[in-house]
Amino acid sequence: MSAKGGVALRSHRLVFIAAAFLFFGVIGLSSAQKSASDPKNDDCLACHGDKTLATQRAGRPVSLFVDSKKFSSSVHGPLSCTSCHADLEGKDLPHSTPLARVQCGACHSDEQEKHAHSLHGKAIARGDSLAPRCVDCHGNHDILPVHDPRSAVAPLKVPFVCGKCHQEGTPVQMTRKIDEHDILENYSESIHGEALFKKGLVVAPNCASCHTAHNILPHTDPNSSIARRNIAATCTKCHAQIQQVHRKTIKGELWEKEANVLPACVDCHQPHKIRKVFYTQGMADADCMRCHGDERLKAADGRTMFVSAAELVGSKHNKVACSQCHSGVNASRVRPCETISSKVDCSSCHAEIGQVQQRSIHGQLLAKQDSNAPDCKECHGTHGVLGKKDPQSRTFPVNVPDLCGRCHHEGHKAAVRYTGTEHQIIRRYEESIHGKGLLKSGLTVTATCTNCHTAHGELPASNPDSTVNPKNVPTTCGACHHGIEQQFEQSIHSRLVTKTQKDLPVCSDCHSAHSIRRADDNGFKLEIMQKCGRCHEEIAKTYFDTYHGKVSRLGYTKTAKCYDCHGAHDILPVSDPRSHLSRAHVVETCRQCHQDATRRFAGYLTHATHHDPRKYPYLFWAFWGMTTLLISTFVISGIHTLLWLPRALQMRRELRAREASEEAERLTGSEPESDLSSRDGNHGD
Amino acid sequence: MATDLELRTASGDKAASSPTKSAEGQSAIGVASAHPLPRHRERQYVRFTRLQRALHVCMIVSFLSLALTGLSLKFSYTAWAATLSHLLGGFQTAGFIHRTAAVLMFGVFFTHLYSLVQLKKREYKSWRGMLFGPDTMLPTRQDLRQFVSTMKWFLGIGPRPQYGRWTYWEKFDYFAVFWGIAVIGFTGLTLWFPIFFTRFLPGSFINIATVIHSDEALLATGFIFTVHFFNTHLRPEKFPMDTVIFTGHMPLEELKRDKPLEYEALVASGRLEANMEEPQPEIVVRVIRAFAWIALAIGFSVVVWIIYAMLFAYK
Repeated sequence: MSAKGGVALRSHRLVFIAAAFLFFGVIGLSSAQKSASDPKNDDCLACHGDKTLATQRAGRPVSLFVDSKKFSSSVHGPLSCTSCHADLEGKDLPHSTPLARVQCGACHSDEQEKHAHSLHGKAIARGDSLAPRCVDCHGNHDILPVHDPRSAVAPLKVPFVCGKCHQEGTPVQMTRKIDEHDILENYSESIHGEALFKKGLVVAPNCASCHTAHNILPHTDPNSSIARRNIAATCTKCHAQIQQVHRKTIKGELWEKEANVLPACVDCHQPHKIRKVFYTQGMADADCMRCHGDERLKAADGRTMFVSAAELVGSKHNKVACSQCHSGVNASRVRPCETISSKVDCSSCHAEIGQVQQRSIHGQLLAKQDSNAPDCKECHGTHGVLGKKDPQSRTFPVNVPDLCGRCHHEGHKAAVRYTGTEHQIIRRYEESIHGKGLLKSGLTVTATCTNCHTAHGELPASNPDSTVNPKNVPTTCGACHHGIEQQFEQSIHSRLVTKTQKDLPVCSDCHSAHSIRRADDNGFKLEIMQKCGRCHEEIAKTYFDTYHGKVSRLGYTKTAKCYDCHGAHDILPVSDPRSHLSRAHVVETCRQCHQDATRRFAGYLTHATHHDPRKYPYLFWAFWGMTTLLISTFVISGIHTLLWLPRALQMRRELRAREASEEAERLTGSEPESDLSSRDGNHGD
Repeated sequence: MATDLELRTASGDKAASSPTKSAEGQSAIGVASAHPLPRHRERQYVRFTRLQRALHVCMIVSFLSLALTGLSLKFSYTAWAATLSHLLGGFQTAGFIHRTAAVLMFGVFFTHLYSLVQLKKREYKSWRGMLFGPDTMLPTRQDLRQFVSTMKWFLGIGPRPQYGRWTYWEKFDYFAVFWGIAVIGFTGLTLWFPIFFTRFLPGSFINIATVIHSDEALLATGFIFTVHFFNTHLRPEKFPMDTVIFTGHMPLEELKRDKPLEYEALVASGRLEANMEEPQPEIVVRVIRAFAWIALAIGFSVVVWIIYAMLFAYK
């Protein structure tokens, strides 16, 4: 180790020592019992009995007050101050320096030793600032016996003592590697927690019952009370007769003998979430398979009742016993299953998902006993259920569109009930950029039905809790398109920025929902004008009066469209300095296409209309001047032409007549008649 | 001169020998047209020079190109426009055609101005002589008188006026082009080079230029494809078309009938025979007719399109 590193380590230690002194290191007490010169408790309290006694530690005031009443009624009441603060012995009062850390292990050596070997003790040795010491759980001058309900470590208080660090949001939970989440909350709702908190059963297990009080070790440590190998022993401290009731289900005779092969208690009864037991006692899968392993087995209505053992083995539930799902069996019957009265309830294990599903439209319809409503097995299958990461699974991303399509394909049972505006959703999805990504490019991270609608909590878009409700759409899309969401949330279209009763656009208003296309697709680029124009009606109309708009309307994408100038997701009012069209940015924006654009060039009115005399007087008058010229020219020349027409027709008739007579004359060889020329003469000027 | 004419027509008509009398001049028409030879064999009066005819053809080509490409943008809201724009090769190609045609039209315009200078040098001693002479393109008092008497003729309260070389409506058409080139040409240039023009004009001038350019285009196309077409092609006595601007030739009898004053002046000055030529070969006339028909068809289609776009599809 380099010299520099050594210094760093030493200074690190000093910090901890100083931190410890902050709490209780300075309480100067001495014991009169050891020597006549040692300070007595009263001597100490002469100063420390003063409530205002305080010092500055690391810039913070720290009280040095010791409540003599609490101390004398504490478990350490009979002891003198110097019994713990041993370094006060023989010192003159008032002592000046901070005192050394109290060594509880001097008396409580067993606990001290266990603690030192525990997770917490090792963390202290490592110098982890968050590691708890004796005082962090037990307190200092006011320690009471464990059986005293007021004790900091009384059964009812233990979850909170541990929860000081082990609950969501604490530095420990956030920064240290702890696999379990919502520990305190889950415990509180578990059968153990309910017993303790709701029923006041102090015998109900608390944290220390399973994890031990001082010898807390990670479950990966073979010596830990919660190591896989030891779990059974830990649980059976209370559930002493559990082998009896589990005998059949866990193949009783193997119980404990091959603990690694068998599921540990926590495999089914999740730690901290231990619910009331639903599992029927006394059934082994072999008992079920005796009948259901027969391919010919059929129900009264002809359904096959065969269960493929191979399918079960390959499934996600290969370690779950039949009776765990098919609850309600009675092992004492010849046919244990004849007492089954209800369908499989997946939520007995998948409780959270079950709750979400109940609130979903699928769950609501199920509750109404709608025959079209899908239950769990509709999507997940039954005995062969696979995890969503298994490519064979029906819920593997690539298979999801087909899965949902079984009902939501146009014309199928869900699609025909649907009254909204989205149609051909599966086909459109498959043609969409998401569909192509998933199905053609094989990108399993591409959004599929469940990414937007959720897997279990689907709700109609009209429901405010729906992930596809307009209010929630940006967040839903933002789950993948995070950068875009960030931009959008800053824009004028965001609900966070604009507070209005009107509908604000969300992702799907421009990009559509199921037929979402690439934004560089020509069709998308051209349709955007209509999309913007749905709300910005007038301004879109005036856009089409300009060259940009006219070319776009002809079906070309090269001229500026709404988003080329206004931005796409980061649209801001022109008055906002951050806007692409603010005074500071507008020339730059024009230069995207017109490389040599100047400020004066940027004065071009991109939304000018000649219909507004107040806003654009020059345009208005130019238009009406030209129109007047146009109309008057056409009126005058039109009248001229119309008046001319009968005269011209007359002339034509005369010409024809003359030609005819000339022709006749030429054929007969006679002299020309004179009447024609005289008639022409009438028209002479 | 009159003798030459007599010889050519071989009619020996006495009317031709006294051309100053209008009544007799009129009667000569009947005599001339009564000639047994096929009409196309007759020598014809040269109304337009080769350059003028060439310029008119260039004008037609550029004008139709400008109209089609420009209107496809103006009426972009019609399905027609989109189809046309695609047919022309997309808006960029259409724009290129439009600007090329504009250059051609400018070329026509300036060549014409140049030819006027040449004309003055060749045939007139001074600008004054050309601009205020009897064949001037400038409006004169006589035009006003002829306009009034034309109105009377239209209303059936007077005879058909004796028109000269250029009638007042022809002069109107002629100066309409001057006005059009100035207005549409200048605004067109600002739209072509907006960055240059906005160095000294406000950016919003481009908007104004768009309005003026577009409406003037409507005026020009509308006028040419209706009024001008009527005056030269659809006028029943000339129906289906008057090819004089293409062939440069008009039959003498038509000159006598349509422009008696010019005829009289030509005869009086003795310049008539110098301006007579053999008619164009049949094949040339056919090609000319085919070209003219195509131009007419395009023009009428554009009129129909404009009416449709303005009245039924206007947005």
